[in-house]
Amino acid sequence: MTTGLPVSTILLTTGFLLALIGIWGMLTHRNILRIIIGFAVMDTGLHLVMVATGYITLGTAPIIDGALSKADAASRAIDPIPSALVVTAIVIGLSVTAVMLAYAIRLYAAKKTLSIDAFTESKW
Amino acid sequence: MMRHILVAVIVVLFGLIFARMVGGYVELDALRPLALDYVTRAPVELGTPNIITGILITYRGFDTLGEVAVLFMVAASVGLLLKKDDAKPASAKVSSPKVSGEKTAAAKPVLAKTEAARAAAARSAAAKANASARAATAGSVAVKSTKEAAPAEDDEAAPREASEIVRTGTEILLPLIFTFGAYVIVNGHLSAGGGFQGGAVVASGVMLMLLARPGSTLNVALLSIIESFAGVFYVGLGILGLVLAGGFLDPRFLPKGEFGAFISAGAIPLISALLGIKVGAELSVIIDRFRS
Repeated sequence: MTTGLPVSTILLTTGFLLALIGIWGMLTHRNILRIIIGFAVMDTGLHLVMVATGYITLGTAPIIDGALSKADAASRAIDPIPSALVVTAIVIGLSVTAVMLAYAIRLYAAKKTLSIDAFTESKW
Repeated sequence: MMRHILVAVIVVLFGLIFARMVGGYVELDALRPLALDYVTRAPVELGTPNIITGILITYRGFDTLGEVAVLFMVAASVGLLLKKDDAKPASAKVSSPKVSGEKTAAAKPVLAKTEAARAAAARSAAAKANASARAATAGSVAVKSTKEAAPAEDDEAAPREASEIVRTGTEILLPLIFTFGAYVIVNGHLSAGGGFQGGAVVASGVMLMLLARPGSTLNVALLSIIESFAGVFYVGLGILGLVLAGGFLDPRFLPKGEFGAFISAGAIPLISALLGIKVGAELSVIIDRFRS
């Protein structure tokens, strides 16, 4: 199915939309777990954006096999660098999420609530 | 209300920025110079068909090492944050060692065997199918034996027993998941996959195991030792590259082998396997820390 839009435009739009949903979720919700979910959604959206910037028109995965010979690679493979960096970004996103969840558990243990309105000490 | 308007304004402004970025973006029709360099050099220089693995493990290998260090720090800091306070959970502590004591013994062989199987799979191509098949059967037998012991001692334990479907599903899926994880790890240089992805698959299997048997414990100490050794060997391979080849983490000190063969691409499969073991162990430890 062709939509007339370039593939990377579709991917970029989807990624940025996810990021916007994540930002909206982080800013409107008062429950810490929902804020963390908002962060994860935004993170995923930005990963999509990063991968999208590596797409080359009619390109294919940069893996040399029967479908892509070494000589073809330079002209038909997509840019492998964003893909490699996204692996890093995913791991870092996971790490940040894990630490945030650990803090959420600590905060819950302290106040027995996950509403961010209960934590007024660090509010200016 | 005021806050919602403010948030809406912020989101709209971000939306404008993003819309301008999408509007101004022109899809590439040729590789950027750096990417072109990697794409043409990686298959020839490193002998790895998967260029992304070549970049991750060799050209940006130092990054990957740092990333693994970040994961390690996260496992440590999550442990620190979720450390049990001494006063409060005393009652929980009393009941858990009794349940966990016998199970650690049963859980250890499962983990030890899968680790061993993964190491073996990484080392020899020929023995791979055999080793994973053996690990699969060994794993399921061990799981079964633990499970038979479980109902008797879990009677008064707080977590509800997993349902029949979950337990049976675990029994069938767990060996498959671990085998698939090992496959993804050791095929990172040939096809889509690699240490991080395979490690995550293995950790998902561990998560399934923990969900299906809420009373069980992971042998965190053993996992810590395994991942520490994986890290040490990783750096050791890096230093070998420095001494025998072009630089730190240069995998070319081992023969390149036949392009596309299972044992090829120098030390990349070795580094990938170590990475997979390390990531799998670290993620399992993180999952386990959250379970208390």
